[in-house]
Amino acid sequence: MSSYHSKTGLFAPQPAKVAQVAHSHPVPLPPDVPVDALLRLEGVHTHIGAYHILHGVDLVVPRGQLTMLLGRNGAGKTTTLRTIMGLWQASQGRVVFNGQDITREHTPDIAGRNIAYVPENMGIFADLTVRENMLLAARQAKRANQMDEARLQWIFKLFPAVEKFWLHPAGKLSGGQKQMLAVSRAIVEPRDLLIFDEPSKGLAPVMINNMIDAFQQLKHSGTTILLVEQNINFAKRLGDTVAVMDDGRVVHAGSMQALAQDEALQRSLLGLAL
Amino acid sequence: MNSIDIKPLLLVPVLALAMLPFVGSPSTWVTLTVAGLAMGMIIFIIASGLTLVFGLMDVLNFGHGLFIALGAFVATSVLGAMGDWTGSSELWRNLVAVLPAMLVAMAVAAAVGVAFERFIVRPVYGQHLKQILITMGGMIIGEELIKVIWGPLQIPLPLPEGMRGALYLGDAAVEKYRLIAVVVGLAVFAAQIWVLSRTKIGLLIRAGVQDREMVESLGYRIHRLFVGVFVVGSALAGLGGVMWGLYQQNVVPQMGHQVNVLIFIVIIIGGLGSTGGALIGALLVGLMANYTGFLAPKVALFSNIALMVAILLWRPQGVYPVANR
Repeated sequence: MSSYHSKTGLFAPQPAKVAQVAHSHPVPLPPDVPVDALLRLEGVHTHIGAYHILHGVDLVVPRGQLTMLLGRNGAGKTTTLRTIMGLWQASQGRVVFNGQDITREHTPDIAGRNIAYVPENMGIFADLTVRENMLLAARQAKRANQMDEARLQWIFKLFPAVEKFWLHPAGKLSGGQKQMLAVSRAIVEPRDLLIFDEPSKGLAPVMINNMIDAFQQLKHSGTTILLVEQNINFAKRLGDTVAVMDDGRVVHAGSMQALAQDEALQRSLLGLAL
Repeated sequence: MNSIDIKPLLLVPVLALAMLPFVGSPSTWVTLTVAGLAMGMIIFIIASGLTLVFGLMDVLNFGHGLFIALGAFVATSVLGAMGDWTGSSELWRNLVAVLPAMLVAMAVAAAVGVAFERFIVRPVYGQHLKQILITMGGMIIGEELIKVIWGPLQIPLPLPEGMRGALYLGDAAVEKYRLIAVVVGLAVFAAQIWVLSRTKIGLLIRAGVQDREMVESLGYRIHRLFVGVFVVGSALAGLGGVMWGLYQQNVVPQMGHQVNVLIFIVIIIGGLGSTGGALIGALLVGLMANYTGFLAPKVALFSNIALMVAILLWRPQGVYPVANR
């Protein structure tokens, strides 16, 4: 029995035991994709209860780049992120981070590899103050005054609401402010990989611009980012590489620029043009 | 800034004042009120660990009463061996006897809590029905073991000499031990609030009660945290058992069953996972039990269930609902 029982909680889906699952053919990556992958998924299948959600996902997240994960609703993007984080166990295939197989590792160990994850629901602790939320994410700090002050000032500059409501309960923030806090929490310490599930969801345009600015600064600092997004303009402005999912598989992988310039491909993959 | 919802806090004085006309005599009312607060504080000590155990891991531990009985029976042995100290009329000598009894009771309850979590609770995480059945079974086995060690009969647990008697506030008699119980309860509450609000472990507990998956995603092992909370909760139940035994001045192996009903009412009133809510719930239950015990003894237990129903009609998640639950 796993020692991390939260995954078997009352409301948590139970991963099914699958004897054998047909392995889908990996999507060949175009030659322009760099081989220096920080994160690589190889033929990953994920079951949630009786449902077979991921059907052999092959995904490469190049080091130091921002990879967009696109796809229609229900394509398997969120399941892919949760499988990477160990919140749902892959029933087949491998998840390789920094050259090491993390497929069977538990969530805290995966996060301990210097990976930050922001789920779609933001995962804000509503009863805790903004400061307390940030302190929890700062694993090196035991008290608020031990957090990296320079980094905090940088975050405050990106997201002034975080400083403004520093001592307020996070549950009192607006949806956009909570999203800012969720992103701030993920970057309160330098991480090797940042994983975001739809960070622009529900944000006002001015806040989206702040968010884009933040991601661009993170990109320039060399941080590797994997980002699920539905906002196509957001994706176009930020993405270096892109993977498009459909029906639990990656059906296209390549550079964001190439996809942005190929309207026919966009229509066939996403049903729209960027 | 963090603002406190004061409406639930007002329930305690409102209930107390509302009962004054029914009780009639102000001195009797003071006596009953202090007795209710003392009883409430003891119930809080017992219930505070249980509410966090439920909040953190959704574990319904119906075996919590075992730790209460265990603490009380250990106290009979420790205090029995310190007869010279408990028989003294000097309060400091009594405290020197009661303190080690409390510490030993807490240590034994904590040790049994480790085994209880490992062998009884851990195999049934996420399975509420099995949790109820197996933890109740664990408590029955524990009670039988208590009978094997201490015998099946009621054992007296007299108050040490210096803690007996009453102080007089006008015409109102206030038992010394009840004041001691209030002080101990307040000390436990203050310590819990300090840990929960001023330490990172406390922050993790509060965060884990709200969203344990996110706590794990931040890199913390929530299961270790849970084991720690379970063991501390067991130790506090052991302490509460000593206090309850001295309050009743006797102990029986089934005492855990008797208190179990009250502590579940308390944590439901308080809001599952809420320490502050557990305090309010415990004080309300203690006061209600004493007032109705005086006014209409036959409806004493029913009155607490009615209280719980009334609170849930007002706030279905308890007086201090925990966010995200």
